[in-house]
Formats: sequence, structure tokens, C-alpha cells
Amino acid sequence: MKTMAKSRTLYDKIWDNHLIQSENDTSLIYIDRHLVHEVTSPQAFEGLREAGRKVHAPNKTIAVPDHNVATTSDRLTNFGSEEGRIQLETLDKNARDFGINYYAVDDIRQGIVHIIGPEQGWTLPGMTIVCGDSHTATHGAFGALAHGIGTSEVEHVLATQTLIQQKSKNMKVKVSGELGNGVTAKDITLTIIGKTGTAGGTGHVIEYCGNAIESLSMEGRMTVCNMAIEGGARAGLIAPDQKTLDYVKGRPNSPKGEKWDKAVKFWKTLFSDPDAYFDKEIFLKAEDIAPVVTWGTSPEDVLPITDFVPSPDNFQGSKVEAAKRSLEYMGLRPGQKLQDIEVDAVFIGSCTNGRIEDLREVEKIVKGKKVKSGIRAMVVPGSGLVKKQAEEEGIANSLKEAGFDWRMPGCSMCLAMNPDQLLPEERCAATSNRNFEGRQGRGGRTHLMSPAMAAAAAITGRLTDVRDI
Amino acid sequence: MEKFNLLEGIAAPIPLINIDTDMLIPKQFLKTIKRTGLGENLFFEMRYDQNGNEIKDFILNKDHYSKASIIVGGANFGCGSSREHAPWALKDFGIKCIISTSFADIFFNNCFKNGILPIIVSEDLHQILLQDAEMEITSIMKIDLENQKIVRNNGDQLDFEVDEFKKYCLLNGLDDIGLTLKSADKISSFEKEYSDKFSWA
Repeated sequence: MKTMAKSRTLYDKIWDNHLIQSENDTSLIYIDRHLVHEVTSPQAFEGLREAGRKVHAPNKTIAVPDHNVATTSDRLTNFGSEEGRIQLETLDKNARDFGINYYAVDDIRQGIVHIIGPEQGWTLPGMTIVCGDSHTATHGAFGALAHGIGTSEVEHVLATQTLIQQKSKNMKVKVSGELGNGVTAKDITLTIIGKTGTAGGTGHVIEYCGNAIESLSMEGRMTVCNMAIEGGARAGLIAPDQKTLDYVKGRPNSPKGEKWDKAVKFWKTLFSDPDAYFDKEIFLKAEDIAPVVTWGTSPEDVLPITDFVPSPDNFQGSKVEAAKRSLEYMGLRPGQKLQDIEVDAVFIGSCTNGRIEDLREVEKIVKGKKVKSGIRAMVVPGSGLVKKQAEEEGIANSLKEAGFDWRMPGCSMCLAMNPDQLLPEERCAATSNRNFEGRQGRGGRTHLMSPAMAAAAAITGRLTDVRDI
Repeated sequence: MEKFNLLEGIAAPIPLINIDTDMLIPKQFLKTIKRTGLGENLFFEMRYDQNGNEIKDFILNKDHYSKASIIVGGANFGCGSSREHAPWALKDFGIKCIISTSFADIFFNNCFKNGILPIIVSEDLHQILLQDAEMEITSIMKIDLENQKIVRNNGDQLDFEVDEFKKYCLLNGLDDIGLTLKSADKISSFEKEYSDKFSWA
């Protein structure tokens, strides 16, 4: 007999474990890890001070500067702007005053908050993880419920280690089959957003599953979950498996000895029951996914690299106007071959694709070749440790020899808060997550793609099918 | 937080879909460590040209709409980053209510924390309200949160839904932290039980 009522999704299970109280639709949930960065936290700490409150669980709170830090080697003395300096100094003071875990800008472990969480073993399966940043969804790759919050909520979590929430619906995205040559986790996640739209996941927590997802490394899974927010979802999740355990084991803050054994036993219960109910289900065949790029100013504007710039007439309703506006902003004409679009800049990095595996992919493409003359190509490792590893593996050398600018870790040109910005009408092949108007600098034109595709574009100077390299 | 009850004001039509938080307040303004003063940079790139001059055609630069307190916006309003600077900028400009067919999740929550009411309406009602907003005379509408009504300039009353708890907080200007701390004992006992069970967490 089916026991529908008792069958739960992975999201249901994590939710239930953290539920403190619930009234009508409003619940109070417990938070295991709170990640903090310099941009969305100053007002929250100020609120605590004004109310005379302390941080409830400093040992579960981890701060690191990333959004605003300069990526030049003189960044300890050259901040890019006075306001930026004040913001970094404010985080430094807040972290020390409130006694929370902190990786200062001169610490080799500093990096993008969503890269160092897993790297340092703060991110563990079954946890609830929040951060004042929408790409917190990244940590879902470990089977943790992780999502972005606003600054008022940052203050709430600092003060109470809890969050007022309404439970989301369950959505399943299953990708089955074998990925083709040149197709990566980034292509999967962009293709999903292209299919569901940027509001397709609104009100839902997505669980990604299927053998194509299982086949991905932890780095690849993080790339997939990272962009759940671009599909509108509150969070993305992937059930933990042996790869997850292997990644987590031995990290500075992951459990050891008896605690490890106990944790593993529990983590093995973290999966959706076979007959669990999903409010929405999407199925994709891995064979149907090609290396893709975005052509417009919304992450849903995704097409295979072999395709052509669409016409606004191809769309319906309010998307017609949006497409017109996008094409004008991007300086593109309908019918133009995507592979004919020339780029001025290449950006490799971000919480989506700034991990060691991403840099290895880039090296494979560019080793022994040269970045096309006139192209500004920048690599920003996701953390100091990723940078060090890439230097030890010889990746940094190959990239520098090819003509890439090798930078210090941070968010950099993904959101262009620091001086790393595009100029007006400058066109960029980017491994980041958002192609919004002005995202990488006012008037800048962003095409999102995988690290391998961005590397290929650096070599040829135009959007390129990586399978042809 | 300021109490929200009856709002009467000008509604500005901004029907573009996927208005993202980078559009609402671009990154160069996120370096602030304050919550205030962001209003003049709301919709910065749509509102000012490269030389910092106002773009006359942009709706919020038009004399009448520069005093707007309501926006009737396109679908998926507030998508993108979690920056609360977006509702701070809206609030600082004077916007207290946004009406759309859908909102991005984090932005939606952030609005309530700042005394801004986001209202979700059907496509049909959205069309009617957009048309109202486009004409100066009919652009003045009332939002009655207590009774959950949008009152059009012609007197028509349109119902809307709002979460009970969020409504209660808005109407009373309540701060979430204060409310949650009323359950401090419950949180402590949960925490104890939780750390016994999940000692590694």
C-alpha cells in the first residue's frame, strides 16, 4: 500500500528537521550556517548595536569580504574607492566586535563566500544555510537547504539564529542520459533556465536529479545549484552521495571521528522518498543539451551556440518588447549567427565558475595557444586556495602564457562593484551568472557561457563552439 | 517600522518584465553602510544619461509621476540579487506599494520588511491598473490594506490577497526580531535538542 502522506522530498526532510514552530503558513526555522559578506551586512550589524543585541551563535556565523575587494596585487593598500574601503573596514570591525569566524582579505583562505563555505567544510549535507546573497543556492549541491536573504533577515538571523519562512513548493528537474562532448554543468543549468524561464521556479525549491546530474563532480553540481535563483527558485538541491562525502571529508570544519560516522549515517537518509510528491516536474535529456550562450539581457535568453540571434517576433506577450530592448542594448540583429559575434573581453571566475575544475577546463582549451590580440581576458580565482592550487598545478602559468590576466580572488567583474568593469558597449564572454543590463558595468554587454566556451572565445575573439577547438 | 494602512497616491506604470534589482539600484550604490539616501539613484541607468542628466522620457522623471507612491510593474518584478538596497531605494524615493502579476521571491520578502506592500494581481486586473496608471487623472488610486482593496479612481474596488502574518506586521509596523524573541525559550529548547541529535552541525 502507498503511504503518500509519509513520503517526503529531500526538501521536506530538511525543513522538518529545522522547524521550530509553525502558525498558519508562517514558520520559524533554525539556521545552521550564516555566511556574511561586506555589502549586505553593515546595516544589519548597525541594527544589532542600536538594539543592544548580540550575535546569537557566533560559532555558526562566517564572514568574508568578497564583493567589493580589489583583485589587484596591491589590494591591501589600494581599495579602488573610499566607500569601498569603509565598507571593508566595517566588516572587519563587525567580525571582530561580534566574535564571528572571519577570513580577512590578507588570509589565503579568503575568497567568494560561496566558494569558501564548501572549501572550509562549513557547508554540510542536511543543513540550512543562509547568506545575504542570492547565489547562496550554490550550497544546495551538498543536499543543504541554502538560499539568499535580505539585510533585515541577516539581522534577524544574527540576533536569533532563526528565520521566518513560508514553506516553498517542491519542484523536480530531472536530467537523464549522457552529456555530449563539450557540454558542461553550466550548459545544463543555462538550458534549464532557457526552458523554464526566469520565473519558472518562483515559489519552489528545485531538486536536481537524474544520472546526468549524478555524473557531475561536486564543482559541477555547485554550478548547477548556483543558478537555481536565475530560474526564480528559492533554492536548488542535489541529494548527497559518495562524491559529496568524499568532498566533505577532512575539511577544516567538517566533523571528525565518531561525529563523522554519526553524521554519515544521518546523511545517508537525505534523499526524496521514491513516491514523494512534487508540485512541478521538468524532464530533460542530456543528449538534447548543447554548449549554449545567452544572447539577451535575461538569463533565460539561452540558445545553442550553433543557433542565430532571434527576432522579437519569435516571442509572445510582454517578451516581445523585452526582446526588442535586449537586442538594442546588446547591439545585435535578428538572424545574426551567434558564432559571428565578436567579443572585446573575457571574464573567467565568479561563484558560478571560479573553482579549480573550471580553471582546469580553461587550461585544456588555451594551453599552448594565445588570447586573440586586442582582447582583454581576465581570470579571477574563486578563493586564495583555488588560486594557490592552480598555481601549483601549473594552470596559472599556462593561462598567463596564453595572455590571461591572473588576478586575486573575489567576485570581481561578475557584479563589477570593484574597479573590474566593462566599458559601455564592450562585449564580454563571461562565466558568471547574470547578463542584466549594466551588470558588468554601465552599457556593458554580457554573454553567459561555460568556462570552456569562454576560453574558446578568448582564443578566436568571437563566440565559438568549443567542440570546434 | 512605519505602519502601513491606507495609502492614496499616484501609480506609475512600468510594464517592462523582469525588472531586476540591478536596474532598481546598480552596484556602485551598494557601497553604502546606511539604509537611507538611495532614492535619488533608484532606476539609475534608466533615469539618468551618461552625463548624469535626467532622461525626460523616463516615467519617474515626469513631473506628475515623480511624486508616485505606487508602481504598476511588469512580471517577475525584483528578480536577481538579494540586495535590500532595492526596497530601500524604492522606499526612499517614496514608493510604498508595487502591483504586478508576479514578484521574485527574495525581493517580495524584502519589501514587507521595509513597510512596502507588494500586491500580486491577475493578468486582467494588471491590464486595467496599467491603463489607469498611464493616464494622469486615473493614476491616483487608493490601497486599503486592512480591507484588502485597491480602489480605482472611478470608485471600483478590486480585492487582493495578502498573507495574514505579513499583513499583521505591516499594519502594526512590527519588527520581526522583536516578535521572534518572544519565542526565545522555544528556540533555546529546540537548539538544545537539535545539538544533541546533530552534534556536528
